[in-house]
Amino acid sequence: MRIESDIILGKVKRLVSDGKADRVFAWKKGNFCYDTEPSLFTDNYVGFTYDDFCAANLCKFMINESKKDGKTLVLIKPCDSKGLALLEKEHRINRERIYALGVPCAGKIDMDKIRENGVKGVIGIEEEKENVSCNGDENLIIKTLYGDKIIPKKSVLYDKCLSCTDKEHVGCDEVFMPELSEDTYDGKKFEGVKKIENMPSDERFSFWRSQLSKCIRCNACRNVCPVCSCVKCIFDNDNSGIASKANSDDFEENLYHIIRAFHVCGRCVDCGECSRVCPEKIPLHLLNRKYIKDIKELYGYEKEPALLTFTKSDAEPSVIYERGEKNV
Amino acid sequence: MNRIGVFVCHCGSNIAAAVDVKQVAEALGREQNVVFSAEYQYMCSENGQKLIKNAVKENALTGIVVCSCSPRMHEATFRKTASEAGINPYMVEIANIREQCSWVHKDITAATSKAIILGRAAIAKVRFNEPLTVGESGVTKRALVIGGGIAGIQTALDIADAGYKVDIVEKKPTIGGKMAQLDKTFPTLDCAACILTPKMVEAARHENIKLYTYSEVEEVKGYVGNFSVKIRKKARYVRENLCSGCGACALKCPSRNSGNEFNTGLDKRGAIYIPFAQAIPNIPVIDAEHCIKFRTGKCGLCQMNCAAQAIDFSQKDEIIEEKYGAIVAATGFDIINLDKFGEYGYKTYPDVVTSLEFERIMNAAGPTKGHLERPSDGRQPKTLVFVQCVGSRDTSGRGKEYCSKICCMYTAKHAMLTREKYPDTDVYVFYIDVRAPGKNFDEFYRRAAEQYGVHYIKGMVGKIYDDGNGNLMVRGSDIIANEQLTIKADMVILAAAAKPDDSARSLGTMLTASMDTNDFFTEAHPKLRPVESPTAGVFLSGFCQGPKDIPETVAQAGAAAVKVIGLLSKDRLKSNPCVARSDSLICSGCSNCEKVCPFGAITYADARVNDGTGMETRRVAVVNEAVCHGCGACAAACPSGAMDLMGFTSKQIFAEVDAVCR
Repeated sequence: MRIESDIILGKVKRLVSDGKADRVFAWKKGNFCYDTEPSLFTDNYVGFTYDDFCAANLCKFMINESKKDGKTLVLIKPCDSKGLALLEKEHRINRERIYALGVPCAGKIDMDKIRENGVKGVIGIEEEKENVSCNGDENLIIKTLYGDKIIPKKSVLYDKCLSCTDKEHVGCDEVFMPELSEDTYDGKKFEGVKKIENMPSDERFSFWRSQLSKCIRCNACRNVCPVCSCVKCIFDNDNSGIASKANSDDFEENLYHIIRAFHVCGRCVDCGECSRVCPEKIPLHLLNRKYIKDIKELYGYEKEPALLTFTKSDAEPSVIYERGEKNV
Repeated sequence: MNRIGVFVCHCGSNIAAAVDVKQVAEALGREQNVVFSAEYQYMCSENGQKLIKNAVKENALTGIVVCSCSPRMHEATFRKTASEAGINPYMVEIANIREQCSWVHKDITAATSKAIILGRAAIAKVRFNEPLTVGESGVTKRALVIGGGIAGIQTALDIADAGYKVDIVEKKPTIGGKMAQLDKTFPTLDCAACILTPKMVEAARHENIKLYTYSEVEEVKGYVGNFSVKIRKKARYVRENLCSGCGACALKCPSRNSGNEFNTGLDKRGAIYIPFAQAIPNIPVIDAEHCIKFRTGKCGLCQMNCAAQAIDFSQKDEIIEEKYGAIVAATGFDIINLDKFGEYGYKTYPDVVTSLEFERIMNAAGPTKGHLERPSDGRQPKTLVFVQCVGSRDTSGRGKEYCSKICCMYTAKHAMLTREKYPDTDVYVFYIDVRAPGKNFDEFYRRAAEQYGVHYIKGMVGKIYDDGNGNLMVRGSDIIANEQLTIKADMVILAAAAKPDDSARSLGTMLTASMDTNDFFTEAHPKLRPVESPTAGVFLSGFCQGPKDIPETVAQAGAAAVKVIGLLSKDRLKSNPCVARSDSLICSGCSNCEKVCPFGAITYADARVNDGTGMETRRVAVVNEAVCHGCGACAAACPSGAMDLMGFTSKQIFAEVDAVCR
């Protein structure tokens, strides 16, 4: 069964009229069907939507929303819920002023992938009626100005949805129709990391150099990241001396992205937003996912922040050198 | 405006032999903000310090860089000099051009340029130094001694005699430690129990000493002068206030399956037991693992037979919280596990025993009542072979690289005692070297070899095997005669390497006291501060610091006590101003710093903050400066750079790195 935006809106309205919240943070339709954007609804719900293009993670907006009086209802997809939980754990949000409504997710669609298929003038998306298996293998009917096109759903899902292993919400006040969530995982979460690990070191270096050189320092990755929530980012703090250091290097993006990866290391919730929002299509999530993989392998932690936790069974630094040697 | 003075020390030839100190002084004199630069033979000397003081006055210096030895040696000296010259002592930076330069390099050109770079880094840092002020804190006049062996007992007695309260925490049911298990002591051959038990009694009766036996330290918080310690007093299942120590319970206990730890497992004890006759306190303990009542719910014979009604199966562990001004580690030693030394057949052949087991066999209170009987059949052995350095001075990676120090002497003792009591016994000792440097030690060893006719064979044993007829065959080499020899032995005694007790490592972590790779506690200075740990307020007594025999242990125990007394006699302590500080304007309140702080020095408070767009209330980190040790873990963990370490700010460190990389 398809997730209907109106059903979600109906639920939202009921919750607001029941006094659960004073305003709603959700997504709004844009000029085209595919350019939805995060939006705060205070008086009416004009433009409200929850559809295949609502990929943006809303949890970070709660930092400011929860400073306001009253309560904000926020729509949270399963992958967003981990970010919200982290923000709560790090005391970045006032959880009492948030009503987190978990909404189902069947994977979100990457417009760029549709375009790569040569499809233009998209005006809407429907699911093929015959195939409603709910396992993500169905086809989509892309409605365009030039007629319908049929495309397998998995071929146009965001990469972050294809590597999504979290179909269950955590820490939401209420989860609505979770049975509509679909498994979109392609079973290849760490393939990208493994590929880079297996590169010889100079090839790996030039891979990252070519990728990171594309960076235009728009800060979109930082701004969208639910983990990058410092009151004042170290790169914005003139006193830290870091910003000037990054600029003085002929390859400043290296420093920026590597420091950022270290700062979110052990905290990253792997929501994949950094890569999704990057206008230069830098696979930033691979840096974070490498840390996730290493932490899992070396320390066995998945939930605890690895860099803040110590147990006697933790890997000794020498293990890392050994691994490094092997992978050179 | 920074006005920096640079002072390059020759340290006699320690630095000057490998570093061109004149060139260093000249080069650093050309650095920005440096208005004075000089070299001198011994900067730490009276004249050297005078040179610094004069330079401060004549050049109105604001910062000082001393290129000399490690700051651990003379940082305090030069801070004092600066203070006497009228500038803040924390405006001094040390460039270590001795340990980190002249001592490790031979090439004078390269070493000189490295010394210049190290000096530059210190200059770059001192530009950002800020005057810091020393705080003060009080002292709790009570000491904690962890470990109730001879080291702990002696330390506690000395502290208590000086009039301060001391608590001893001992994990075993009785104090006394390893010494209580020994038979005779070298080189005088007096009985260990005869000299130890009076001290045990004295410790128990002393009005200033409190014993926590069958107890373990569970948590240590705080800092020098103000430690807060949680002690777990394990359930004995016997009410100490009621028990008369009659021992009826132990006699009636039907369980006889537990190895008697005091006799190194050579005989069995009941599930309720008093470790040995002179145990202190003389109160039994129930080993719940072997107790029939605990295992099946039926029995309770001890309870029925206890006239004092002291048995209490429902007793629970108790947590005691106490405050201390000083802590002494006296956790002692144990012997290594010999599983990796298959060639000696320990555990395969019952008549291959360790020296500690042999002590019990020779002891009148031991499993054989002091008769030399071998474990397998109780026969009196006629040929004994002692093997030294079993796991000591071991480079194979199976044992310990160090010399356990005590084995040569106790082996000589065992050999001598055997020959004394049983002159018809042949005694052989395999050794690498006999090490007997100590008062009357070499004489003692020579007496064993010369007067008592012990056969000393220089060489190691390669294999111990059964010849098929139940005889132990010891195959070894005699490197002086240059031949292989095989001895048919009735019993073999292995001098297994001694190691720090297993509890030392976790205690070290709790105390944040540093340890070496062998789990020995590290002393603050190997020669000049041998009984202090680098962690302020933590002192070291006995084997836990390094291998020691009884006289050395007692001497060191007394020395540790003196250091504790010196600390407890003070009313106020100066605190280190190089502590962490949080910038509430930048702090996001994420709790990372709180999670990594090993000292619990960070808490959170709501602060009203104006971030430029308006006032708001934020949760921000607050450092308790008295508790902070200045380790800097929080500064490293803080993603936004809100947390910084005074005296080692990120800015200072970046400046140093930049100067090094320039």
